[in-house]
Amino acid sequence: MIHQYKLNGFNIVLDTYSGAVHCVDDLSYDIIELYETKSKEEIKQEMQAKYEEITEKDIEETFEEIENLKQEGKLFTKDIFENKNLDLKKRDTVVKALCLHIAHTCNLNCEYCFAGQGKYHGEDALMSFEVGKQALDFLVKNSGTRKNLEVDFFGGEPLVNFDVVKQLVEYARSIEKEVGKNFRFTLTTNGMLLDDDVIDFLNKEMNNVVLSLDGRKEVHDRLRKKLNGDGSYDIIVPKFKNFVEKRGNKEYYMRGTFTRNNLDFTNDIFHMADLGFTELSMEPVVSSPDAEYGLKEEDLDKIYEQYEILAKEMIKRKKQGNPFTFYHYMIDLSAGPCIYKRITGCGSGTEYLAVTPSGDFYPCHQFVGDKKFLMGNVKDGVTNTKIRDEFKLCNAYSRKECKDCWAKLYCSGGCSANAYHATGSINNVYEYGCKLFKKRIECAIMVKIAEAMEEDEMLATC
Amino acid sequence: MKRIVTIKTRNLEESEKNGGCGECQTACKCGVANQKCENANK
Repeated sequence: MIHQYKLNGFNIVLDTYSGAVHCVDDLSYDIIELYETKSKEEIKQEMQAKYEEITEKDIEETFEEIENLKQEGKLFTKDIFENKNLDLKKRDTVVKALCLHIAHTCNLNCEYCFAGQGKYHGEDALMSFEVGKQALDFLVKNSGTRKNLEVDFFGGEPLVNFDVVKQLVEYARSIEKEVGKNFRFTLTTNGMLLDDDVIDFLNKEMNNVVLSLDGRKEVHDRLRKKLNGDGSYDIIVPKFKNFVEKRGNKEYYMRGTFTRNNLDFTNDIFHMADLGFTELSMEPVVSSPDAEYGLKEEDLDKIYEQYEILAKEMIKRKKQGNPFTFYHYMIDLSAGPCIYKRITGCGSGTEYLAVTPSGDFYPCHQFVGDKKFLMGNVKDGVTNTKIRDEFKLCNAYSRKECKDCWAKLYCSGGCSANAYHATGSINNVYEYGCKLFKKRIECAIMVKIAEAMEEDEMLATC
Repeated sequence: MKRIVTIKTRNLEESEKNGGCGECQTACKCGVANQKCENANK
């Protein structure tokens, strides 16, 4: 299977099952498009009619290049993974990552919060050290031979329960050597409670931090409000600047959410860059399209345009010597994920579990509070193995909508939580999310091609 | 003149042999496209 598209002056051809990426001229692009549906003679005639300056020799040489790539397994490759997928279903799974809901409460009242202002549609709650310790012990015990274990402090607002965060990190560090594991900690925060002590601790212990900022002041303050209704921008931006500077301007993501209120969201990304932040992420709000701020089908063209503007600006600013990164465009073509990872995806419900303040397990943070997905708890472990088995079957080959999709080995079949909330089943797809994902991947690959052309070092041939 | 420029990518069939260790990381709260693999070029 191949996918062809034109973007920013590049003609791009992706070969789905080999992972190959080609940048081609107009003649090659047109021949590749017709290659599997018309005879060589028919294609020749069409090309000679379309391109007056092209000779028969040019066409023959192009056919030869295409044939060579086909023989090398880099173009028109067949799916050799689908049947192997059967083995993945029987695989043993280990737990390697936990999302610790350290606080089901928040000091902000963000209107679009999927967690219902941090409470996950329940009561205010803080995780105790004892529950957190049991969760870490469960992780170690159930991680098999995996050396790298990941723990994300999430909420609500994790810093509301900062003392327990510190205690849990201290506990994990105290057992690391003995159990032969390497803990990688991450934390997501709205920034309100950052002070020098918190910053120093997080910079010492967190492999990555995610900082919530929606961009321009008027955009941010419209939905990210304090409990008294005032905006939070003026409080958090100076704190984030201090935090990131002390962090050496690395290992963080400034993470925004865009809604129907700011479909020109690239201006919010550029605003973050102009504030001096360089590691940026901006996510589409996940909500009902009926919500006042919810994204609608009619917004898609505008969003696509924004993703293209963003890609072009990223290339431009890199050339000018003031680069920034956009999370979804940071793909590594030569050292990206293996085929196993590409098929199985994020591991929710199997390798990755969310833990509530009371110690209950859910498949991931987006299922927390929905009792249908309760999987067990820190004392008894995973007791509802039926749910785990359902999630084990969720992958790039399990959804009929993905069968003929060129992007399935980039998205692994999409997010189960998004699918569930959009369609009522984890085995369907969230189509709106698919459309956005495909556009982002097209842009991301174009950025990589532009960089390769600029640097010339990634090119296998030129 | 070559009309097709092939960008260097990780071959997915070959990644069966040097992949599957599970040690890679599980921002946005994503597909797997952003993942990096320490074994990719071994």
